[in-house]
Amino acid sequence: MSDIIYDFHRLFGRRTYKPCLLSATILLPSTMIRLENVSKTFGSDTVVKNISLEIAEGETMVLLGTSGCGKTTTLRMINRLIEASSGQIFIHGQNILDQNPEILRRGIGYVLQNTGLFPHYTVAENIAIVPKLLGWDSEKINKRSGELLEKLHLKPGEFLNKYPSELSGGQQQRIGLARALAADPPVLLMDEPFGALDPITRNKIQKDFKDLDELKNKTIVMVTHDVYEAFELADKICLMDKGEIKQQGAPEEFLSNPASHFVSSFLKEQRLQLELQNTMLSAIDPGVMSSDSNLNVWEALNISLKKGHKPEESADFETAELIKNFIRHKTGNNG
Amino acid sequence: MAEQQSLLSFMAEQSGKLTEQTLAHIGLTFTSLFISVLIGLPLGILISRKKNLAGIVLGFAGILQTIPSIALLGFMIPLLGIGPKPAIFALFLYALLPIIRNTFTGINEVDPVVKESAKGMGMSDWQILRRVELPLAMPVLLAGIRTATVINVGVATLAAYIAAGGLGEFIFGGIALNNTNMILAGAVPAALLAILFDFILSRLQKLNLKKVKIALILFPLTLILSSFYLIPSALGSKLLAGFTPEFMGRSDGYLGLKKVYGLNIRTVVISDAVMYKAAQQKQLDVISGYSTDGRLKAYDLVVLEDDKHIFPPYYAAPVIRDDALKKYPEVERTLNILSGKINDSVMTSLNYRVDFLHETPEKVAKDFLVKNGLYKDPRPVTGGTIRLGSKIFGEQYILTNMYSMLLKGNTNLEVETKTGLGGTKICFDALTNNQIDIYPEYTGTGLLVILQPEEKLVQKLTLSKEAVYNFVQSEFEKRYQVSWLKPIGFNNTYALMMRKKQSSQIGVKTISQLKNYIR
Repeated sequence: MSDIIYDFHRLFGRRTYKPCLLSATILLPSTMIRLENVSKTFGSDTVVKNISLEIAEGETMVLLGTSGCGKTTTLRMINRLIEASSGQIFIHGQNILDQNPEILRRGIGYVLQNTGLFPHYTVAENIAIVPKLLGWDSEKINKRSGELLEKLHLKPGEFLNKYPSELSGGQQQRIGLARALAADPPVLLMDEPFGALDPITRNKIQKDFKDLDELKNKTIVMVTHDVYEAFELADKICLMDKGEIKQQGAPEEFLSNPASHFVSSFLKEQRLQLELQNTMLSAIDPGVMSSDSNLNVWEALNISLKKGHKPEESADFETAELIKNFIRHKTGNNG
Repeated sequence: MAEQQSLLSFMAEQSGKLTEQTLAHIGLTFTSLFISVLIGLPLGILISRKKNLAGIVLGFAGILQTIPSIALLGFMIPLLGIGPKPAIFALFLYALLPIIRNTFTGINEVDPVVKESAKGMGMSDWQILRRVELPLAMPVLLAGIRTATVINVGVATLAAYIAAGGLGEFIFGGIALNNTNMILAGAVPAALLAILFDFILSRLQKLNLKKVKIALILFPLTLILSSFYLIPSALGSKLLAGFTPEFMGRSDGYLGLKKVYGLNIRTVVISDAVMYKAAQQKQLDVISGYSTDGRLKAYDLVVLEDDKHIFPPYYAAPVIRDDALKKYPEVERTLNILSGKINDSVMTSLNYRVDFLHETPEKVAKDFLVKNGLYKDPRPVTGGTIRLGSKIFGEQYILTNMYSMLLKGNTNLEVETKTGLGGTKICFDALTNNQIDIYPEYTGTGLLVILQPEEKLVQKLTLSKEAVYNFVQSEFEKRYQVSWLKPIGFNNTYALMMRKKQSSQIGVKTISQLKNYIR
């Protein structure tokens, strides 16, 4: 039951899937972050094994994998919370080792799963941390804080003077995001940013996240173990296991062209749903009403299954018809 | 109710002294606390950074905590002398552990996610410490300071033992003099201080969330409170006297000195345990002590003559049950062999050998008897058993050993000794309950502790050692059927003492001369 509710909310909270949603259209995307043969060993344990990655400016790269696969270590090496044992990391072409780590980190937004908000600071003070470190004047900081809260659908007057303990989990996560964005850094690192939230809240925040214009031209590296989240938010996915990269590329490549047995079995459980999500309604049914043309098949199926319970939904799909069309579409594609 | 009334009237009567002691107490507590925070806080921060040091530092501070307070104060004397300095230092050591430990714990307990996010945003270590770790550790840290404050208010009472003042002067004086009001006049304000400071600090702890800069309040507050402590002024008489709390309150002590001699000397209260050493080290010039104490010799001190006889005579003599005396008449003759053989300085040097050179009482007793030609090899036992007892200190052990050897060498009796019978009360009860037959007693003790006659009679009697001896002899016979045999010769009484060198330099041999010298 809870699974149904979960999926349902995902469904109605979703916007249309469109690859490269978050990235602005860039004619010549330059590389923002580059990892070259990076490894990390703790004692005799090699947790990241000789990985190389390139993340273009404005791109959202999701590091996907089970816990212990090295994805968080990889993320934390980018802002030098962990120093790489070997290999090199460049941001904007500059080796991060050539920069003072504190200065480096002030230029990179950092969002954690459990927010890491300072419990003794108000919302306003939390958001002001990095701008203050950068020496902004208070007027500029106040203006920026108010603006960010507005964009995150939180009333500045109501929230600025609250302490984190007075906020809900979702509100805390939004403030965490606002804090990371406060100084408008070009790069954002996000470590399971929605992991600690209940499904309903997570869905809402993911939606806000996708809509947020602040993020449109940011280069984002996000860590998650949630396949749906990865497919929903990523421009590119990097699937990791035991410290190694198993496949990296656009989400649809993972479905259409899995690089190995590991990749396909990793996605197997979620495969049908992902495929349904990755196929637009308009692709299987060209005659669909224009208001529904930006739905995908998964969403259309769910609406159809719930028909009657949701009289306000205007769409009118037949479940069997949808499945039939989908299968025809798939087999046609494949063969 | 009557008790309360008299407590209040006692406090009103002594209000000047009480205020002075309370301020000194507050000063002692907060000066030491201030230094502890100054040193403990950085140490706590250090070990939260270098965890491998934590065990050593906390262990060491823990060991300091387990040293008995009075012993710690004693250790301080050679280093820092007497007075506020060693007291503050000792209190500082006691306050250190809770402050270091709570700083360490407080910082360790800060959510690692918060620390990581601070680091991830580009805060430097110092910024993280100042803006994140310390503010979040503050409630735990303050709890440590609270603990330290309450400990210090308590331990500061002991400062009275080393002439640092504080409410301990009343407490220990009261205990020594069995004066409940005096004890309470010290204990009640001390308890109230502890409660008050704990309350104030608990309020500060609550203010934390409102982000009041606690440190900004705490430090000046501590400094102000510390400044209550006025180091005893160097003004006053040329010489400084250190007296035990008991001596301070006794009519045959300091009160008598003031009344009979008109002695007006600057005094501090100090414990018997450290007094002699402090005199040797020129921290004190005049002390109250016991005239046959081995420390007189150990520390090269000299007794000032009590030329107006305010100290009652405490001549030592064996006391014996009449029935034992009747049964074994040879005992009296044997014990009297020792009579007149040991004067004050002889007894002092015998005590010195036991208390300071740690020779056994048996050896010291035998050496003395051999040297004086009194020792005889034990005779075969043919008669009955005689039982010897002694109180629990060196001088009594020496005397009992001598008696035992004399009885074995001069009679055919079996000798049984029961040493270490605690104080006067236990020893005397053992005698009257027929558990021992003989023990050495002092005339003054017999008079003041056992017989306890009216004060007028005491004052009359104590002018002469013969009068006291005769009185206790006849009264013990009458009341307890116990006989006092002939006095041994020495007088172990209260005495004023000075360093030998200083005494001869300034030509002070008697208390009257001392009084004239000071004036």
